[in-house]
Amino acid sequence: MIRILLAGSLCLLIAGCSSDWGWYVVNPATKKGMTNLQFLLSGFYFTVLLSVTAIVISVVLGLLVALPGLSSRKGLRRFNRVYVELVRAVPILVMILWVYYGLPQLLGITITVFWAGVIALALSDSAFEAEIFRAGIQSIDKGQYEASHTVALSYTDTMRFIILPQAIRRILPALGNQLVYMLKMSSLVSVIGMQELTRKANELVVTEYRPLEIYTVLLLEYLVLILIVSAGVRWLERRLQTDQRNR
Amino acid sequence: MVQQSDLKATDSPIIQMRSVSKFFGTFQALNEVSIDIGLGERVVVCGPSGSGKSTLIRCINQLEKHDSGTISIDGTAIDGSKASLNTVHANVGMVFQQFNLFPHLTVLENLTLGPVRAGRLSKTEANDIAIRYLERVRIPEQADKYPAQLSGGQQQRVAIARSLCMEPNIMLFDEPTSALDPEMINEVLDVMVELAESGMTMICVTHEMGFARRVADKMVFMDHGKIVEMSDKEKFFKAPDSERCREFLQQILPH
Ligand SMILES: Nc1ncnc2c1ncn2[C@@H]1O[C@H](COP(=O)(O)OP(=O)(O)OP(=O)(O)O)[C@@H](O)[C@H]1O
Ligand SMILES: [Mg+2]
Repeated sequence: MIRILLAGSLCLLIAGCSSDWGWYVVNPATKKGMTNLQFLLSGFYFTVLLSVTAIVISVVLGLLVALPGLSSRKGLRRFNRVYVELVRAVPILVMILWVYYGLPQLLGITITVFWAGVIALALSDSAFEAEIFRAGIQSIDKGQYEASHTVALSYTDTMRFIILPQAIRRILPALGNQLVYMLKMSSLVSVIGMQELTRKANELVVTEYRPLEIYTVLLLEYLVLILIVSAGVRWLERRLQTDQRNR
Repeated sequence: MVQQSDLKATDSPIIQMRSVSKFFGTFQALNEVSIDIGLGERVVVCGPSGSGKSTLIRCINQLEKHDSGTISIDGTAIDGSKASLNTVHANVGMVFQQFNLFPHLTVLENLTLGPVRAGRLSKTEANDIAIRYLERVRIPEQADKYPAQLSGGQQQRVAIARSLCMEPNIMLFDEPTSALDPEMINEVLDVMVELAESGMTMICVTHEMGFARRVADKMVFMDHGKIVEMSDKEKFFKAPDSERCREFLQQILPH
């Protein structure tokens, strides 16, 4: 992975030697370039904060929507289906615009750009989280529920101590995927003015007229962020798996 | 464990089933089954595959809900109500063919989770009791391992200890040795014999007739969802009433 990254940067550097490139715009050796670079990098703060807040909410929401989907009661299962189908059908960009411009009017409240972004991303993602949880929980053998019953565990305790810990280990790769997806989708929140990575790049392009270099930096910023996240998820997977040995 | 042998043969049975029927869709898995089981009694249930043996014992602890008839444990009707759930939780332990240990928990955690969450014991008390039962099933040294690190026989003994930690009055066994390699069957049967001798009320679905001959007070033979033969072991093995039972025994007993 690191090697691909290095090779990629090398290609860009070589290409940068041709007359079409103007790396000066983000050259940390010059004062101007340094300022620009810092401006671009400062977008990490909101990209990460927004994505992490949204993923936490969407995981909780997803679980709350998944559980009724596993119920033996038809009404609860229908709630799950309707939620998933409706929410999944809304494009993320549309969800962002609707939450930011529509929701305040509907509810008569004001909403900050940050929270509009968080709500829109979390809602959109929750439908997918719900499906992931449902599949993960359904993959647990029914003997685990039966054994829990024989040691007098309540439904909540069975879920909390027996089913979810095993389900989460199984769906960890899928949850990691969703986090990566969330980090990328957070770029869409730039359209309502969130000062995250993409917005910063857009603003700099407007003043510097160097889209190639600036968007290349932007691309690398996402790449680095996501490689770090992937490595983190893999580390977590390995750590949790050692608990279960050859299962 | 409470010594229950001297309480044996009390008048009112601890488990009473009256005309219990169970359907899976249109298929009738139990057909008007009635049986009384006294405190401390050891019942061995056998019969061909699909005859309803598992369904019978699973109705007792509400893993299956029966459709008609009545079941009572210690005088409480088993009908899916909160009271019946409490009665099942307080009285009935179960051991499965597939062990069903919790794979993400250590052996010790498998044993202590139930008693601690039920609010019966503190963590340290539960640990002490767990170790005691692990000693009884002769694997105290495996306490900190995970189930997948144990042999099948050891896993099944952990499963037995896990049930015993709940201090049940009744233990249900559903073919506890059927998933084991032959050389591990005896280590599990030994533990079960010991348990039987301690006076535990037991209902065992098993085809281990050597075990049945040793411990059974009552033998039950099922076919097509019905109890076809129910008698003490002498009569059962020497002169069963039903032809079907005779045939079955001939098939599974060594000649
Ligand atoms: N959940 C279920 N849904 C539908 N049919 C079932 C279900 N559980 C059991 N049955 C059917 O009920 C009948 C009795 O099943 P049961 O498991 O009680 O038999 P058994 O005597 O324990 O057989 P085995 O020796 O194979 O374990 C079988 O024909 C089985 O197919
Ligand atoms: Mg069975």
